[in-house]
Amino acid sequence: METLLTVRELRKTYRRGGGVFSQGTGGARFTAVDNVSFSINRGETFAVVGESGCGKTTLARMLLRLIEPDGGEILFEGRNLLTLRGEALRSQRRQMQMVFQDPFASLNPRMRVSEIVAEPLAIHEPGLSETERLARTTAILGRVGLNEDAMRRYPHEFSGGQRQRIGIARALILQPKLIVADEPVSALDVSVGAQVLLLLQELQREFALAYIFISHSLPVVAQLATHIAVMRAGLFVETGPADKVLDQPQHDYTRELLSAVPELPGA
Amino acid sequence: MELPTAAGWVRPVNEVSLSISAGESLGLVGESGSGKTMLSLALMGLLPLGARVSGEASLATEASTKSLMALGEREWRDVRGGEIAMVFQEPMTSLNPVMRIGAQIEETIRAHHPKLSANEVKRKAVDSLRRAAVPEPEARAEQFPHQLSGGLRQRAMIAMALAAGPRLLFADEPTTALDVTVQKQILDLLDGLRRELKLGLLFITHDLGVVAQVAERVAVMYAGRIIEEGPVRNVLAKPLHPYTQGLLRSSPTLKRGALMPIPGAVPQLIALPPGCAFEPRCDLRRAECAAEIPALRTSGGDHAARCILV
Repeated sequence: METLLTVRELRKTYRRGGGVFSQGTGGARFTAVDNVSFSINRGETFAVVGESGCGKTTLARMLLRLIEPDGGEILFEGRNLLTLRGEALRSQRRQMQMVFQDPFASLNPRMRVSEIVAEPLAIHEPGLSETERLARTTAILGRVGLNEDAMRRYPHEFSGGQRQRIGIARALILQPKLIVADEPVSALDVSVGAQVLLLLQELQREFALAYIFISHSLPVVAQLATHIAVMRAGLFVETGPADKVLDQPQHDYTRELLSAVPELPGA
Repeated sequence: MELPTAAGWVRPVNEVSLSISAGESLGLVGESGSGKTMLSLALMGLLPLGARVSGEASLATEASTKSLMALGEREWRDVRGGEIAMVFQEPMTSLNPVMRIGAQIEETIRAHHPKLSANEVKRKAVDSLRRAAVPEPEARAEQFPHQLSGGLRQRAMIAMALAAGPRLLFADEPTTALDVTVQKQILDLLDGLRRELKLGLLFITHDLGVVAQVAERVAVMYAGRIIEEGPVRNVLAKPLHPYTQGLLRSSPTLKRGALMPIPGAVPQLIALPPGCAFEPRCDLRRAECAAEIPALRTSGGDHAARCILV
């Protein structure tokens, strides 16, 4: 299969301690992401699992260059994103979009849903006519399960699950090849989260999307992942095909995470 | 319980009956808006403004039997913290950020045992931290909430809740904000304390896996009503109500590809269906389901559900 994204020795360190008044002198450095390498094919899901503070969100954000890495390479279809500038970077970036955890904080409360979902088009396809933009917006909202009536409304009028669908529509409207999803269902109710997970699965098949799926939850990750990386203290302590990591974990920490999952009787 | 809204009165808690014995843990399961938190607040005398409540609730301890719904605000103050205590989801917003942990616990103890000397209060506060398995309790008592990890903060919350010796503990999603490995430790701690102190525990959660671990009995709420109740093993292994069945199929487990969401969404309280509130989403619905609200029927023993198929 065709490799979409390759990450080599990606690294990010921050200065520890300090604070507002310390003028940034001294202080030990703290490694948030420590020489992480992996690759993902088209249509696959690479899941990164770890507990709070393990570096998984920093990693996700670096992939989109929302945080600048200190070192390493991010090759998207063979081109190193870290050396791209200006227009070249912008045209690569439209191929990779993000879905955020908090459906309340990630949608501008003053924008109508039609404006939120169409905004990426305004940036990346400014030449598009009003009619075309409207058609694309309606189509993608329909695909994620929201009707035309939603277009005129504001985010606060929607439930958490519907807001997450709006966020997914916004991520999909540019027809990206890769979606980075950071805890996309952890703020949702169980039955709503299950609907969103299944929607993500359908969209993946339909558009041959690759997902980088960031989560603290092994059961959630187990539903979608083709590959799983278990992250602790900035390092991938175990990586492999999902079945292997879940069924024959090699690292003690993976075993610990698996054994901490509350089990359902009969499941 | 009824609440006024712009569109009319709604009932977030509707015809709910339950009991918890000393030393027993009841899991209360439901999704957002099911009424599980409202129910616990009503039982703590913490009603939202304008709420109307009818029904009975009584608390029987070694010392006395109290009718909770008849209590005045002065009496509630003795019951809250003294006989019924609560632990919330987010310890950081429930703890005072500018007060040392020990001082916050001492405040609770002093409120319920005003005659104790300062030294005794201090000793009791440290004891309660120790009981909640906080390492180095003397040193931790001197720290502020931001100096503690999420798991330790939740332990401090539990210590505070138990400091004045309540008989009943309401835990509202106490582990939802925590990592799984920490969650496991907190669940084990609560389980141990319940047995040791013969506490009645009402554990409120949306997570069926957590319920399986902490509860002996479970009640499932949907749109304000308890729609299924029974021993946790029976309810989770052989759910009677289609909503409970759907919730189980919606819960991700390590088993892959078994996820089956419930179609549709939870109904608005202001526009509940005339019959069973789950009827519009139910695969197994029949004509009579829309006609009237089903009564709680038992399938034999103490396992019951509000469904005509039982």
